Amino acid sequence: MFAAATLLAAACATAPSDEEISSKATATLKASFKPAGQAGLDRLDQDETQRTCSAAAGKAPARDIATKIEQANLATIRYPADGKLVGDWKNGEKIAQEGRGKQFSDDPNGPVGANCYACHQLSKSELSFGTIGPSLYQYGKSRGNSVEVERYTYGKIFNSEAFIACSNMPRFGHKGILTEQQIKDVTALLLDPASPVNQ
Amino acid sequence: MTRLSWLAALAGMACASLASAQTSTTDEIAKYRAALQDGNPAELWEARGEALWKAKRGPKQVTFEGCDVGKGPGVVKGAYAELPRYFADADRVMDLETRLVWCMVRLQGYSEADAKKNPFGNGSDKRSDLEALTAYVTSESRGVKMNVALGHPKEVEAYRVGEKLFYYRGGTHDFACATCHGEDGKRIRLQDLPNLMKTEGAQKAYTTWPAYRVSQGELRTFEWRLYDCFRQQRFPELVYDSDAAIALTTYLAHNANGGVYDGPGIKR
Repeated sequence: MFAAATLLAAACATAPSDEEISSKATATLKASFKPAGQAGLDRLDQDETQRTCSAAAGKAPARDIATKIEQANLATIRYPADGKLVGDWKNGEKIAQEGRGKQFSDDPNGPVGANCYACHQLSKSELSFGTIGPSLYQYGKSRGNSVEVERYTYGKIFNSEAFIACSNMPRFGHKGILTEQQIKDVTALLLDPASPVNQ
Repeated sequence: MTRLSWLAALAGMACASLASAQTSTTDEIAKYRAALQDGNPAELWEARGEALWKAKRGPKQVTFEGCDVGKGPGVVKGAYAELPRYFADADRVMDLETRLVWCMVRLQGYSEADAKKNPFGNGSDKRSDLEALTAYVTSESRGVKMNVALGHPKEVEAYRVGEKLFYYRGGTHDFACATCHGEDGKRIRLQDLPNLMKTEGAQKAYTTWPAYRVSQGELRTFEWRLYDCFRQQRFPELVYDSDAAIALTTYLAHNANGGVYDGPGIKR
């Protein structure tokens, strides 16, 4: 009992550790949100990748930690059973333009897009593009469309963390944002020689 | 001209026209902002807020002139530039909006639910008194240097928790505040994003909120800014005057220290 009291006094006298502040932040977060529309409080629960990348605080994690994240996410990638990875680029373009989906203000039965243009340049004609991610203009033209390129592209959209730990890009397949067909269509937008991306 | 040099010339032209389209869009937006700056509709909210501040309101029919937003009862001059801060009477770190709710409840006798029932207006028929009051109090710090102290242990804790929340990834899309606000010179579509991890970016962003949003026909407060960022992050709904909102505000406001407060501003 004396030991416990001493510990308590010591804890009160010193600043909280980084770990204590992290637990406090998580508890604060959970007490500060309410469920709305399709967004329940479970959206605040972190998986291992989210937790590790949050702790990295905007910096790249150490190489050994990064490798662990990449391997764990690589294991989640599911390729289509029919072996066809490239769909319809015209649908892919619509998905790339669509910003709705998964917000508490969105109709749960409404469209869910990838909003690629929010962060990437894709076609030459769309001038309203963001710059958080690299330009993907002529993505397919510069890489070709070998099976390896198709598998990498589909996999990157499915789970970006498999290739760059703590990437800013959402894990569209792994987190159930896009359907298999939608990922095929976005893959086509990037790789189809007829796509505006490759003109 | 050889075929190859034709191609090179064409590519050059395409790049030039793309670049000029980008630049001219940005220029046009800048001109639009400059034109709007001459007459900021935020002044309407400020004037309404000042009238509300001085009016006898609530079950107890008292004005806000007994309300201490940090520099003593009724003092608004320069108060916002020092918020959030620890208030001993509430034993809590509070931002301006939380403190206004506190005064409505403690001084004017409103129930907490009534005080908070309309935090954000909708740009037309639904007006928010809290937005107007916030516009008034913030306008009284225009030209004052941001000076958010971390003297009390609870202020230090709010800052440190806010920093953790800034990097907290979650939801379907793995987004944190830092996803969009952690690098220089980035944008979403054509919207420039401030880098809030740097002093200059934090100062520029924080000192221009609240702001009249032209696209929404509404004055938006900092609580709204956080609420709508989290909506786009695919998080659930941020509770008004919650500890997470206050902690994040403490983090960002303190990072903006030294910047001259220039709100309410005007934005797209």
